Amino acid sequence: MSAERVIEISSLNKSFGDFRVLTNVDLSVSLGERIVICGPSGSGKSTLIRCVNGLEQFDSGHILVDGISLEEPGGVDRVRSEVGMVFQQFNLFPHLSVLDNLTLGPMKARGLSRTDAEALAMEYLERVRIPEQARKRPRELSGGQQQRVAIARSLCMKPKIMLFDEPTSALDPEMISEVLDVMVELAQEGMTMLVVTHEMGFARKVADRMVFMDGGEIVETGTPSAVFEAPKSERFRAFLDKILQH
Amino acid sequence: MTRTTKLWLALFGVLFVAGCSGTSGAWGWYVIDPSTAQGQSNIRFLVGGFWATILLSLIAAALSMMIGLLVALPGMSSNRWVRLPSRIYIEFIRSIPLLPMLFWVFYGLPVVMRSLGFPITIDAFWGAIITLAISDSAFTAEIYRAGIQSIPKGQTEAARTVGLTYSQTMRYVILPQAIRRILPPLANQFIYIVKMSAFASVIGMQELTRRANELVVTEYRPLEIYSLLILEYLVLVLIISFFVRWLERKMGSDESR
Repeated sequence: MSAERVIEISSLNKSFGDFRVLTNVDLSVSLGERIVICGPSGSGKSTLIRCVNGLEQFDSGHILVDGISLEEPGGVDRVRSEVGMVFQQFNLFPHLSVLDNLTLGPMKARGLSRTDAEALAMEYLERVRIPEQARKRPRELSGGQQQRVAIARSLCMKPKIMLFDEPTSALDPEMISEVLDVMVELAQEGMTMLVVTHEMGFARKVADRMVFMDGGEIVETGTPSAVFEAPKSERFRAFLDKILQH
Repeated sequence: MTRTTKLWLALFGVLFVAGCSGTSGAWGWYVIDPSTAQGQSNIRFLVGGFWATILLSLIAAALSMMIGLLVALPGMSSNRWVRLPSRIYIEFIRSIPLLPMLFWVFYGLPVVMRSLGFPITIDAFWGAIITLAISDSAFTAEIYRAGIQSIPKGQTEAARTVGLTYSQTMRYVILPQAIRRILPPLANQFIYIVKMSAFASVIGMQELTRRANELVVTEYRPLEIYSLLILEYLVLVLIISFFVRWLERKMGSDESR
């Protein structure tokens, strides 16, 4: 691909004691590319995307995000200002209203006035279709609504890249689609996305590239149509059989 | 006020009044009989210690909460060399009994300071405050640590990914949530400080206990005077309890999860 490389991961290694979580992982992501990472639990997929914004440290290798190295002094903070993240457990701030959850970052980290930050927050709440919940506390919202607030909270920081760490795994089945819809829209607007998920329908719809991980390694990558039709590796085939059989 | 507290207060009141009315036998309530001039002046003398005890406890508790936080935060660092001084402070300070520490601060600290070229004098009031604050800070530090560590890690991660610095994360995300959880143990510590402030009497601080001691020496009615003294602490502690309950309700009303 000739487009601008926004994430460059090379020979990444990480272990917890004797357990190797990541082994020689290489991955580069172009601007606007949507990548879906899947694999069995413990395969290192969450750890990999958590390395991208410095939530996890790695033992060796390099990560460049938009040309900024995570190892350089202040690099982690600069990278985080360009990278948004959505968590499995939403991680909204329970003591703040939905609106304050969204304005905290823009006001404290970007120095926006309250008026500007609230205008920005309302704009994104409209986009995730829950502006009427602005004054509520997170716990008064359904799981799907909370996750949409979490997405809006990340977008308020105007990130270049969005990381999604199993965004629908903690949701009741009937709420999954409302979150995926928001993510599909985001993808259609051209956001660069790294998504760890088992939602294969979503992957088929938006992914430019699928990455299958197992045992801390990237086993296979390819376009969704190619890998769903004919996975090259036995492990990926077995994994897909398991999650697609019902 | 719970029913039990009311009952105990009533019992105390009845005993007190009954004691005041009779001047014979083992009881000699006349020393603090509000109907006589001598009794009134004695009561005024005893109750006059309230302000010193309250002021002493408040300042010491405020300092202890500040020092405790400053000790607790590095104590949770991932770097063991940053953690170490905090651990040493806590283990060392909380192993020193209050009374020896009070003596050391009151009699010893000025000597140390003078030899270092800072000729300061420490009066009983500040000596007591410094001792209570430092002694208590080791405990508040552990309370803070427990409170902060009880907040899920995802809160810090979410805060950092929306661009907050470490101190902003603490200030706007972690501490507001932690403070609700640690309010009850912090209140306990405050009550503890109020009670331990009685030790200030031994270095001559004119608080509740000192005044009671002085009156006992002149009147020689320890039973009645110390009974009133206990009652005085009970009143103080009950006031604190009510205030803390109110605070908990106020904070709890907009509580999370």
